[in-house]
Amino acid sequence: MIEVEHLSKYFGRTTAVDNISFRVEKGEILGFLGPNGAGKTTTMRILTCFLPASAGTARVAGYDVFTDSLEVRKRIGYLPENPPVYNDMTVRYFLEFNAKIKGIEPKQQKNRTEAVMEKCALQEVKETIIGKLSRGYKQRVGLAQALIHDPEVLILDEPTMGLDPRQIIEVRQLIKELGGEHTIILSTHILPEVSVTCQRVVIINKGKIAAVDTPENLTVLLKGSERIYLEVEGPVGQVEQKLKQVPDVTAVSVETGGNGKNSFFVESETKTDIRMQLAAAITGSGFGLLEMRRVGLSLEEIFLRLTTEEAEG
Amino acid sequence: MRNIAAIFQKEIKTYFTSPIAYVLAAVFLVITGYFFYGMTVTFSNECLYYMQYASRYGGMPPLNLNQRVIRGMFGLISFISLFIIPMLTMRLYAEEKKSGTMELLMTSPLRITETLLGKFFACFVLYAIIIGLTVLYQVILGAYGHPDWGPVFSGYLGVLLMGAAFIAVGIFASSLTESQIIAVVLGFGALLLFWVIGSAAIFTRPGAGKIFSYLSILTHMLPFQKGVIDTKDIIFFLGFVSFFLFLTVKVVESQRWR
Ligand SMILES: Nc1ncnc2c1ncn2[C@@H]1O[C@H](COP(=O)(O)OP(=O)(O)O)[C@@H](O)[C@H]1O
Ligand SMILES: [Mg+2]
Repeated sequence: MIEVEHLSKYFGRTTAVDNISFRVEKGEILGFLGPNGAGKTTTMRILTCFLPASAGTARVAGYDVFTDSLEVRKRIGYLPENPPVYNDMTVRYFLEFNAKIKGIEPKQQKNRTEAVMEKCALQEVKETIIGKLSRGYKQRVGLAQALIHDPEVLILDEPTMGLDPRQIIEVRQLIKELGGEHTIILSTHILPEVSVTCQRVVIINKGKIAAVDTPENLTVLLKGSERIYLEVEGPVGQVEQKLKQVPDVTAVSVETGGNGKNSFFVESETKTDIRMQLAAAITGSGFGLLEMRRVGLSLEEIFLRLTTEEAEG
Repeated sequence: MRNIAAIFQKEIKTYFTSPIAYVLAAVFLVITGYFFYGMTVTFSNECLYYMQYASRYGGMPPLNLNQRVIRGMFGLISFISLFIIPMLTMRLYAEEKKSGTMELLMTSPLRITETLLGKFFACFVLYAIIIGLTVLYQVILGAYGHPDWGPVFSGYLGVLLMGAAFIAVGIFASSLTESQIIAVVLGFGALLLFWVIGSAAIFTRPGAGKIFSYLSILTHMLPFQKGVIDTKDIIFFLGFVSFFLFLTVKVVESQRWR
């Protein structure tokens, strides 16, 4: 349903999105997880045709966001970070206006307006001026606006930001109900949010995709894994063998270089520092340890920068 | 077409729910009403004076209601429009950008031209309504005098065409910024330039002078006030409107590119 290939976006010298690729299948709820400034909003703005990409392509329902922008926009419901509402309109008038500009047939406009007000629990405030509503209600008006034309794809930028805990639960419940019928991408910088609502998670940091996985697997990763980079002089197979025998090592990957020097990435599951054991294993076997360091930007570090406490979100 | 209508209705509704339209209409009526009163009273005093003069010495100088009152009224309406229109157009894009609703318009299946035309016509209709209030004065003149109606109609046509041109400039100014204050200043500055540019013709080289006086709004406005409808002037105003609307589309498009 959504295909993103080698997408990049530069703002002058800043690279907001750096060569990202991912796909979202029909009916799937994909979480876009990353700290502030990671490039989530920028990616979503490209998908919704608000910004053009600097490089790469993105397709929604088979249409290119750049060349077939109008077709894409017909099929997308978008809730930006700040709900795009007119503060001087009543909820009902605002939604009827949206029904018109989103190409709903005139006969259906009233029905659809009623339907989304029902779905987003806006009935009590339908004649209220939007400017007087609380943040939670405004957010729901924003969501109703995104849903009004029953779009195939929903793009929700931090949909629970600024809501109180009870509202957060309601909105998440609503999003879950919408999955299946709609294909959804939602962004968040709150870790628990993705495990509650999403089937798959893209972790993005500094414009790059750091990992794509299910929330369950990410929870395992979260328990603590560490990557260590080693450069070793010695026969690849034997070195690899030795490294794997070190306790707590979960995976070893190899990059062969020329002249007998090889690079290894060692992953361990627990938080205990295994560098001494690794060094001992290599030197003990008579291989030459040329370099060893922790690899920066492990998932762990990204997670640390995410908000893990619900209350802080 | 449906999209243009949707934007049009929304803008009209916003105009009438905010006080600005009423305030501007009221200010407009007070100023034009005061001048109308003044000009009409002066005119009738002159008439009385010359009637006495005529009865004593015979012969009456030509006193023309169109020349003395109506032409002056159109001049005044044009001049006030110079101030009113930037205030009507200032929010059209600036406010959408500031409040984030531009993101809604740009990600909805609307073309930039549809949004723009909806906004343009809404502002034009509001302007026409405000101008329309002055029809009352013409009715009063018609009841007590015998104006020549031709120049009245051409005067209104001219004022509306000029208003359309002013609105196009004002919307363009609004598309350049997020700040309504900057939009109103830019719009007013640009209009003032087009208003006075004809005067520059006096001291520039003849070639440039011709261009300047062609670009001047006044050059194309005065014939209408005198009752002369020239297609050249109509084309000037329509071209002027199209040019600034085109620039606005380009500006809005290019803002995506940043
Ligand atoms: N319009 C813009 N002009 C310049 N830089 C921008 C603009 N929008 C975003 N950025 C930069 O791009 C980066 C990614 O921002 P954003 O996509 O908003 O991140 P997120 O939504 O994940 O917090 C940030 O460094 C931000 O400063
Ligand atoms: Mg963001």
